[in-house]
Amino acid sequence: MGEDLKVIVFALGNEEYGIEVDKVRTIERMLPITRVPKTPAFIKGVINLRGVVVPVIDLRGRFGLPETEQTENSRTIIVAVNELEVGFIVDAANDVIDINTDAIDSPPEVVGGIKAKYLRGVAKMGDERLLIMLNLAEVLNRSEIIQIEDLED
Amino acid sequence: MDMNAYLSMFIDESNDHLQSLNENLLQLEGSPEDISIVQVIFRSAHTLKGMSATMGFEDLASLTHEMENVLDLVRNSKLKMDSFIFDTLFKALDVLDSMVQDIVNGGTGKADVNAIVSSLKSIVKGDYAVTPATSAPVSSQVSAASAGAAAPRLDEFQASVLKQSMETGHQVYHIQVSIEENCILKAARAYMVFDLLERNGEIVQSVPSVQDIEQDKFDRAFTVFYISQLQGEELQLQIANISEVESVEVTALDEESLSLLSRPQVAEIAATSAAPATTAPKRDEASPTKRSAGATQNSAGAVNRTIRVDIERLDTLMNLFSELLIDRVRLEQLASEIKRTELTETVEHMTRVSSDLQNIVLKLRMVPVDSVFNRFPRMVRDVAKSLDKKVDLNIIGAETELDRTVIDEIGDPLVHLLRNSIDHGVEPVENRIAAGKPETGTVNLRAYHSGNHVFIEIEDDGRGIDREKVLGIAIKNGVISPEKASGMSDEEVYMLLFAPGFSTADKISDLSGRGVGLDVVMTKITSLGGNVSVSSTLGKGTKFSIQLPLTLSIIWAMLVQLGSEKYAIPLSSIVETAVIKREQVRKIHGNRMIEFRGAIIPVLSLSRILESPDFDEDQEEESEIVVIRKGEKWGAVVVDEFIGQSEIVLKTLGSYLTNTGTISGATILGDGQVALIIDPNALIK
Repeated sequence: MGEDLKVIVFALGNEEYGIEVDKVRTIERMLPITRVPKTPAFIKGVINLRGVVVPVIDLRGRFGLPETEQTENSRTIIVAVNELEVGFIVDAANDVIDINTDAIDSPPEVVGGIKAKYLRGVAKMGDERLLIMLNLAEVLNRSEIIQIEDLED
Repeated sequence: MDMNAYLSMFIDESNDHLQSLNENLLQLEGSPEDISIVQVIFRSAHTLKGMSATMGFEDLASLTHEMENVLDLVRNSKLKMDSFIFDTLFKALDVLDSMVQDIVNGGTGKADVNAIVSSLKSIVKGDYAVTPATSAPVSSQVSAASAGAAAPRLDEFQASVLKQSMETGHQVYHIQVSIEENCILKAARAYMVFDLLERNGEIVQSVPSVQDIEQDKFDRAFTVFYISQLQGEELQLQIANISEVESVEVTALDEESLSLLSRPQVAEIAATSAAPATTAPKRDEASPTKRSAGATQNSAGAVNRTIRVDIERLDTLMNLFSELLIDRVRLEQLASEIKRTELTETVEHMTRVSSDLQNIVLKLRMVPVDSVFNRFPRMVRDVAKSLDKKVDLNIIGAETELDRTVIDEIGDPLVHLLRNSIDHGVEPVENRIAAGKPETGTVNLRAYHSGNHVFIEIEDDGRGIDREKVLGIAIKNGVISPEKASGMSDEEVYMLLFAPGFSTADKISDLSGRGVGLDVVMTKITSLGGNVSVSSTLGKGTKFSIQLPLTLSIIWAMLVQLGSEKYAIPLSSIVETAVIKREQVRKIHGNRMIEFRGAIIPVLSLSRILESPDFDEDQEEESEIVVIRKGEKWGAVVVDEFIGQSEIVLKTLGSYLTNTGTISGATILGDGQVALIIDPNALIK
């Protein structure tokens, strides 16, 4: 029997993703973003989070999804992993649920390997809903970002 | 007792003691006959030993113990200091220092001290090269300890425990047990005594320590301080009943005898913070000079009433204040929009109060440069000695204060420069005599305030910089071309010393001369927002002058607009601002340049460097430029519009964003938006 995890659920397009609640600092409405030059395209810039300058990244861009206009529902989820504090721009964040670790299956094989790294697994919720669990440390992995930058060059 | 709670205190105090040991040992080297200095050193060493033993750092304690043995002989005039002893003691201090550093870094403070311990022991035994005046062979550690202190002493903590027990109606005993000479299992008998004692009360201190006794490392007698409800006679009887115990002496202690036992130790602790009043009467008689030394220290100590504050708390205070500063700017902005007199007045008052507050907060973070300088006399001594030169270091203005962030970074560059001065500046003794100079070279280390900057100068009276020699090497090493060399001013030539890959030493020493030193110095100091300059007279000496900003956390900056974006450029590197016409910009070999105050300087397009999305200066007939400076190089940075000067609070971009190149950080403007700070040093290549 696995343990229960509290998970914040957010949406990117039609898919739902999950992050453990203890990694999440706050969830904010969109704040004005200051662009930082010479950074990968998915790094949108920095925000003023109550006096602390925090970088924000567009998760759509990070995952290679097409970027869309921000809407009323867009949110910035501030996460903290390994002393890094980073904001994620997501389409919507609206739910906190409990998931048993047993319900998380390892991620399906994806061609190209590298993409699968930041996926921790897929959790089934009920019959229809699938929740993609993220491996935050990998999402923020800088060496992988450098790889992407190299590809862009 | 939870040791962690005392660890930071231990580290702080150990560092203080090591520093004072170093200083006093240096002083003693200058006047080896002065026994009063030995007393001070001895007390520091003794306190250090006590503290480390309490904290369980056995290696530290045993090494200080050996040092203490040597010092004890010296202060009792049984041993004369000579250079071997000094070197060994200095070496021991280095080892101690590295052990304490290990503890600071979370280590166990363990180190291999055998070599140094054995050379200390050989000094005590007197079987090294020089024979001591009176041979006072000390057979073992234990007897040495009792020679150092006739009666076992209590440290402050133990004394207070005993005192409290007395107050709560317990009996405190000093018990001396000796075991029969022909006893085979001394440790086992001792264990039985301890077992008995522990069943009926608590052992506060035992000499030798319980561990030593368990490992049979004791003669055949030991003493303990003991708290119990039992009566003295009963205790005596019970212990005497253990077989093979030769004699037991149980002495009940009262407060008076307790204070007698603990007093030397307490005085030693006082000596570190303020001044020693009197340690023990007999010592005072032995050294009449000591009293006056104590008195002067006393008056100095009374003025400096300080408390230790965790650095993190100060940083938090600074951060909170920065928040306030941002709100203040915002309020000022609102007040000027709303235009109500009461509001404006209130905001103005708040501005005044907050700038006072800012001064205090910044001052709190100020540390005297002495905290960096104080390790230099020792270093200069070692360097000079290893090079066989004679050097006096004069420190002037050690009380000058600098922001802690700067202090933390400035140590290494200064070490480089000082070593450089001793190695390359000051000549060997025979050359100095031949040049008609005093045999001993002088290096002045000077710090002083001037405006918003602090200057640190390192000046030697050595051979000076040989222009031709520098040029020759620079050309040979490909730092500059021969054509360029002829037109250079002396100052420009001296600055070549800071070029990467430059070295003037004929032979490479292990101190400097690898050509890595000075350019590292330059990089470090520029990264601190400072500057280095050199002046020199051939044959007379050289002066390195470092200019540093007072603080790194709040700076003045010029805010500029670039389309919809705002950027801040630190005022410290701005020469001036100007407006230029489009036709003034010339193309020279594909690079855009302008003529400015008689010089041709490159035009740097900020919009291109920063990939601005909505500003292109090519559309404009007239451009605003900010002329910036990096050392001797100038550059004209084209911006969209000037917003104005402002005091800004530096914030980092966080560890996720690294290698941002031209962006050195961020600040939060009055309207809550983040503006990026441009690093002018990265703009000029």
